[in-house]
Amino acid sequence: MSDTDDVVPHREEIISTPGIDMMVPTVSTTTMITSPTTPAEIELSGAVQVSERQQARRENWRLIRRRPAFIIGTLIVLVWTVCAIFGDKITPHSPLDYRAGTHLSPRATFPFGTDEQGRDVLSRVMAGARDVIKVAPLAALLGVLFGVIVGMVMGYFGGWLDNTLSRIVEAFLALPVLLVALLAVTTLGSSTSVVIGVVAALFTPVVARTVRSAVLAERDLDYVTSAKLRGESSIFVMFREILPNVSGPIIVELTVRVGYAVFTVATLAFLGAGPQAPSPDWGLQVSDGFRVISAGIWWTTLFPAAAIASLVIAVNLIADSVQSVLEAS
Amino acid sequence: MTTPVATTTAALAVQDLEVAYTVRGIDRAVLRGVSFSIAPGEAYGLVGESGCGKSTTAYAAVRYLPRNGKIVSGRVLVAGEDVTGMSTRELQHFRATEASMVYQDPAQAMNPSVKIGRQLVECFTLLGQSKTDAAASALEALHRVRIADPTRVMDRYPFQLSGGMQQRVVIAMALACDPKLLVLDEPTTGLDATVEAEVLDLVRTLREETNAAVLLIAHNLGIIRSLCDRVGVMYAGRIVEEGPSHQVFDDPQHPYTVGLLRSLPRHGVRKTERALATIPGILPLIGTDLPTCVFLDRCPLADETCRTVVPPVAPVGDDGLRFTRCHHPDRIHELVEAEPDVPIGMLAASDGNPEVLELTHVSKTFRQRNVNVPALVDVDLQLAEGETLGIVGESGSGKSTLAKTILGIESADSGGAVALDGHTVPPNTTARSTDDKRAMQMVFQNPDSALNRSWSVRRILMRSVEKLTGVKGDAANARVEALAAHLRLTPRHLDLKPRQLSGGLKQRVAIARAFAGDPRIVVCDEPTSALDVSVQAAILNLLADLQSEERTSYVFITHDMGVVRYLADRIAVMYLGRIQEVGPTDEVFHGPNHPYTEALLSAIPSVDGEPSKRIRLQGEIPSPANPPSGCVFHPRCPRVIKGVCDVSEPPLAEVSPGHAMRCHIPIDELRRLQQDPSTTA
Repeated sequence: MSDTDDVVPHREEIISTPGIDMMVPTVSTTTMITSPTTPAEIELSGAVQVSERQQARRENWRLIRRRPAFIIGTLIVLVWTVCAIFGDKITPHSPLDYRAGTHLSPRATFPFGTDEQGRDVLSRVMAGARDVIKVAPLAALLGVLFGVIVGMVMGYFGGWLDNTLSRIVEAFLALPVLLVALLAVTTLGSSTSVVIGVVAALFTPVVARTVRSAVLAERDLDYVTSAKLRGESSIFVMFREILPNVSGPIIVELTVRVGYAVFTVATLAFLGAGPQAPSPDWGLQVSDGFRVISAGIWWTTLFPAAAIASLVIAVNLIADSVQSVLEAS
Repeated sequence: MTTPVATTTAALAVQDLEVAYTVRGIDRAVLRGVSFSIAPGEAYGLVGESGCGKSTTAYAAVRYLPRNGKIVSGRVLVAGEDVTGMSTRELQHFRATEASMVYQDPAQAMNPSVKIGRQLVECFTLLGQSKTDAAASALEALHRVRIADPTRVMDRYPFQLSGGMQQRVVIAMALACDPKLLVLDEPTTGLDATVEAEVLDLVRTLREETNAAVLLIAHNLGIIRSLCDRVGVMYAGRIVEEGPSHQVFDDPQHPYTVGLLRSLPRHGVRKTERALATIPGILPLIGTDLPTCVFLDRCPLADETCRTVVPPVAPVGDDGLRFTRCHHPDRIHELVEAEPDVPIGMLAASDGNPEVLELTHVSKTFRQRNVNVPALVDVDLQLAEGETLGIVGESGSGKSTLAKTILGIESADSGGAVALDGHTVPPNTTARSTDDKRAMQMVFQNPDSALNRSWSVRRILMRSVEKLTGVKGDAANARVEALAAHLRLTPRHLDLKPRQLSGGLKQRVAIARAFAGDPRIVVCDEPTSALDVSVQAAILNLLADLQSEERTSYVFITHDMGVVRYLADRIAVMYLGRIQEVGPTDEVFHGPNHPYTEALLSAIPSVDGEPSKRIRLQGEIPSPANPPSGCVFHPRCPRVIKGVCDVSEPPLAEVSPGHAMRCHIPIDELRRLQQDPSTTA
């Protein structure tokens, strides 16, 4: 590691150096943190006072922020978020207005060219961010929320409940995602809320499985037994005692799911199950433009497609950074 | 330097070894100039509390440090060869032929998906033997570690063997190359007392047979004493005292060694006699700058000289075998004679106290894969107010199940009853009233698992106070602060997370939580087994203090006979879910005992030397799913009466007031047998 700051080392870091668990000296399972600079705080009982106030979370956040991947990802997401918020207020031209000749190739006035109806592709790509930026995180959040509830119930209660839910989850996972989504959207209509609901429902089983395995590792720990001994309800134990301790994998899952959501939402729009014309939605633009690629008109497809790709990649860069830091800690 | 063997002939010579771990780009010193040597055929022990660098020394000896560890300076010579300068190839050859290592967990040292035979044969083919020769050598190796049926064991997977058996196989593998140096890192820590005794016997015999030098790392001083010729006491990366083990343990010459030995419950001392001594302060963190004496901050003898001058290696005695790194070896006797700084207020639990807990015919049967597994069989127990009942037994004996059944974490089978203050309570904790819940609480073995790591200490205690006493808000907060003060936690501790606390402090928080609702009974499940001895002493003192003030009763589960003898008023010995013997602590320790208790007691390696009688149990603890006929202990019992013990199970019968055991042999006969050493196996 390159940063040489003066943070007090934790003993656990010595015994958790990646990949060498077998040969690492077993310092102790009972680790502790203390500062060598404050001997005055050492008390008579053979116990230790602590000066290091820095919380694990803050430390992790600091580590995440320093990763170049995280910075790049965040910048890209920021750019699209700004486009989404301000929409046609900042686009050079109106995304829906007919302005110029059709299928103009990229040039100074229209850097991304124009589409078959003469609309500025750059303006449409910028304005199109709004749909995705609104829908994808909401769908991911909702999916993770349901997934956490289902996974928590499976992991905590176990037994027949876990068995039953596990089979249902597996059945869901066996279904082809897009086909089901397409079916649902065509049946229920292609409003934004339906798209969000469908994508969330598709993500729920995946998240549930992750959360379940994390909860399984927690539920046999003695703090859960202790909670039962003082008469806590299952809801309390699950969501107040266990949930904070499985937040790491859940946060990772959330960031990963946002990336998938962008992709799924765009694909649905491409297939016609989503925003309808004249919406500047990226998926819809790709779907409108790809037929004319063979005629040499590549810009109407390339730029919205690149926009989708950039957002997916950016979210994955963030997810990767979050994951590697959280899993190392 | 007081080196008893010339370094050229030594099996292992460590010279001024300094090792550092790189943590966040900074090198942090772990070993600060360690020097010792082991002669061929000699056994050398390293003791010290966790974090003192003893394991690092062992790993450095075979140059097997973790990736962030590096040898800063110094040399390691194994049989005259410098290990520190070897290339990867040379190192490989060296590890294959010169030195072997045995780790704490035998299950991790073997490949779980390869049969024992193949793994063992591989050890020999690596040495250049042909397949057939190697197979023969493998069989021979298993014979050597006293495995009764080697052909069958060869055909098994590691998980099909018990822990003791696995460790034997690992030792067989380690000895395959006829190493000049055998490094044992806590080789018996995960094993039961009777199995541990067998493995230690084996190591002792093998040492004589092979003439390999042994470097033994252990936190248990008794093991070191029973196995090692010489011992080095480590503290903060330095050997502070060295000498023949019996001399060092009988007559320590360094303040740290004195502190270590005095914090052990020894010589049958009881809580009613005196509090245990503790070592104030904590071990300095690795990388701490310790320019002079490493023990300075915790030493009662420290003065200006200690602060300014590096202590010399002071020889002890004239034979050149012993040294201590201390400025004041002449003042050690002050420490040895000093009274412990904690006063005792402990009153003996008298017979007249009312009963708080009574178990009648309590059984617990688990159902595993459609087979009934009886974990507790017809347990009858009583616990008086302010009394400590020690529960001892090996793993699988049902100790923990008993604790869980009392607390209602597991529901007792119908037919048995758990009564609290005279009224029967529901078998499951969820059905018990708040008053019943607050009356019975638990202290767990591992505070890391027992405390919610994302909660602050204050929140942990607050929640228990609110739930168990019904007090809310400011009143609850005041109670939390009073509770913390009572447990000698400072207000600053309250706002920290468990991971920011040391092991001893964490266990204190766990105890505070158990006492949140003024419990009548606290069940302690091995509360000190994860702690270092000096911290253990502080926790045991605290438990004794709390008991004498609050008249709380303890059910104290442990495998440590010294601890149970110190703290318990009565002891129940369990085997395969049954109580085999129950009685006052003194009677159980002095005997006559149930033969199982006798074996347990004689299995414990003592820091004060070997017990007079040595009984070794044969075979493995049977599966509770398929218990032996008659007396469940008869297949392993050295005093078994054929035709009686294997036919009917003896009742738990009183042999003297308050002392009962489950044995066919009449008490007078047991007394006679146990007094006569010639009749022991």
